[in-house]
Amino acid sequence: MTLLSVENLSVELGHRPVLHGLDFAVGPGEFIGLIGPNGAGKSTLLRSVLNLLPAQGQVRLCGTDSAAMNARQRAACVAYLAQEREIAWAVPAEMVVALGRFPHRPGFAALTERDRAIVDAAMRRMDVEAFRHRIATELSGGEKARVLAARALAQDTPLLLADEPTAGLDPAHQIALMRLFGSLAADSRSVVASLHDLGLAARWCSRLILLDKGRIVADGPPSGVLTPANLRTIYCVEAFFGEANGAPIVHPLDLAAPE
Amino acid sequence: MSADRHYPLLIALLAILTLALFLLSLTTGPAGIAFADSIKALLSDKADGVALIMREIRLPRAMLGLMIGATLGLSGAVLQGYLRNPLAEPGLLGISASASLGAVLAIYTGLSASFLLALPLAALAGAVAAVLVVQAIAGARGGALLVILAGIAISSFAGAMTSLALNLSPNPFAAVEIMFWMLGSLTDRSMVHVWLAAPFMLIGWAMLGSLGRALDALTLGSETAASMGIELRKVQFLAVFGTAASVGAATAVAGAIGFVGLVVPHILRPLVGARPSRLLPASALGGACMVMAADILVRIIAPERDLKLGVLTAIVGAPFFLWLVFRTRRSLL
Ligand SMILES: Nc1ncnc2c1ncn2[C@@H]1O[C@H](COP(=O)(O)OP(=O)(O)OP(=O)(O)O)[C@@H](O)[C@H]1O
Ligand SMILES: [Mg+2]
Repeated sequence: MTLLSVENLSVELGHRPVLHGLDFAVGPGEFIGLIGPNGAGKSTLLRSVLNLLPAQGQVRLCGTDSAAMNARQRAACVAYLAQEREIAWAVPAEMVVALGRFPHRPGFAALTERDRAIVDAAMRRMDVEAFRHRIATELSGGEKARVLAARALAQDTPLLLADEPTAGLDPAHQIALMRLFGSLAADSRSVVASLHDLGLAARWCSRLILLDKGRIVADGPPSGVLTPANLRTIYCVEAFFGEANGAPIVHPLDLAAPE
Repeated sequence: MSADRHYPLLIALLAILTLALFLLSLTTGPAGIAFADSIKALLSDKADGVALIMREIRLPRAMLGLMIGATLGLSGAVLQGYLRNPLAEPGLLGISASASLGAVLAIYTGLSASFLLALPLAALAGAVAAVLVVQAIAGARGGALLVILAGIAISSFAGAMTSLALNLSPNPFAAVEIMFWMLGSLTDRSMVHVWLAAPFMLIGWAMLGSLGRALDALTLGSETAASMGIELRKVQFLAVFGTAASVGAATAVAGAIGFVGLVVPHILRPLVGARPSRLLPASALGGACMVMAADILVRIIAPERDLKLGVLTAIVGAPFFLWLVFRTRRSLL
């Protein structure tokens, strides 16, 4: 079953077209990197899939037309990690992660044993157990990002949409996060993560979708998407391409010469 | 978590304090009836003077203090959670100002003298008009910022119209009556006021009280909350109309009582571990305590001067709020 299929998706924001008729599908077991320059429309794409923005076209989540689903049904299929790391109140980190169980609990029901186990596992995977009782708003930027990522994991959905999940993380936690998303994919869940770090995208994603000015300009395995020509025309950079331990290396070196 | 263990204790303490203040409110007044006598008279079905004072004067006053305080505390906590802004308060939606305008127009036109409930009904009509305009401007998909902006616009407009009514008031007595009404008071209210306000407040409380878990989710921002299964339109509807029903009714029977909805959630937030859903019951009880305590003080400090309740809450509330700001500043430095 395809977890997400998008047909002819167009979005206008402030009377300006931002996405122009996108088509793609996400099957189970994929770790997709959504890449593209600033303003390409990555966040807009993720938000419109979640029905957070008015959009034209068809979006199907877990086999159902998204427009016909209510927020709770959507939340059972897809979890979302927003680009903005917002925590409004000085609540403990553990409570933030436990919010991920929200869609699974009816009414005012308390957390079950199983919920607690999932919350604990999510905290362990994001290495935030040490902050369990700390006030979330007092954590560092990267620590906060990891707590919020643990929250999205705790939602325990077949599909995870993450907007720049690695931004602000140290190298070890960036790699740990990419490995974690890879292991979710191996577990036949799917992750779509927008990324600016092309090195991480090349090395860990199973597939990349390259967006530019609201259009998909390349979609496929990293080696086919991250080409010198694409980097030059879309990102305006020259890059080093190599290989280490059997995985590709892409490292931007300098600005491309203007044509 | 320490807040987890302390929470039931905090609620129990607040509930006991609420009950104690309710009893104290019942037994405070110029008639100087002994505590035991007054409670006995209230529970008996005799129709002597003491029982009459208790049933017709003290009981409605204490009940209204409790209900209005709970309303202000609860709606303050909900609005701060919904707007994710610690400065939000019931007055922000323009509901108190419009309810006041309705009441003022009733006094101004002389309608208020025609029958007992004319004034509160006019105030309720003002609240309803305000909430419809706010909801229409903000739109179903509008979101928190538009709600605030619409509320501020309505507040300013209603305030200006109230000033105009004062300005054009044909006789000084009406002007004084308007001024006094706007200061907020629980003096000389009857059971009729209780019965008028109660249904609106109960509906409002049910709407506001159902928002606890949604407000928890909104801690992470509206989009993340929506992705967790929160229907934002429903939350906005419940927050706006729940506030309108309960605060509209409170303003209608007692005038505008400031600072309670702002200060009470502020004081209690650190004590409940900042969790919005836990703040709701705590803040409702805290608001009830604050209004009843102020209403008791009003009667003790100046029994013969008819000191207005709203004046006292503002006099005590404003310096207290300054102190809170000061404390926040210290923790920021
Ligand atoms: N509310 C809005 N109103 C008008 N235009 C908007 C709005 N939000 C975003 N845009 C525009 O839509 C385009 C796509 O924005 P989007 O946030 O999706 O980019 P992005 O690919 O996520 O960029 P970044 O890498 O910087 O996060 C941008 O040109 C942006 O200016
Ligand atoms: Mg973005």
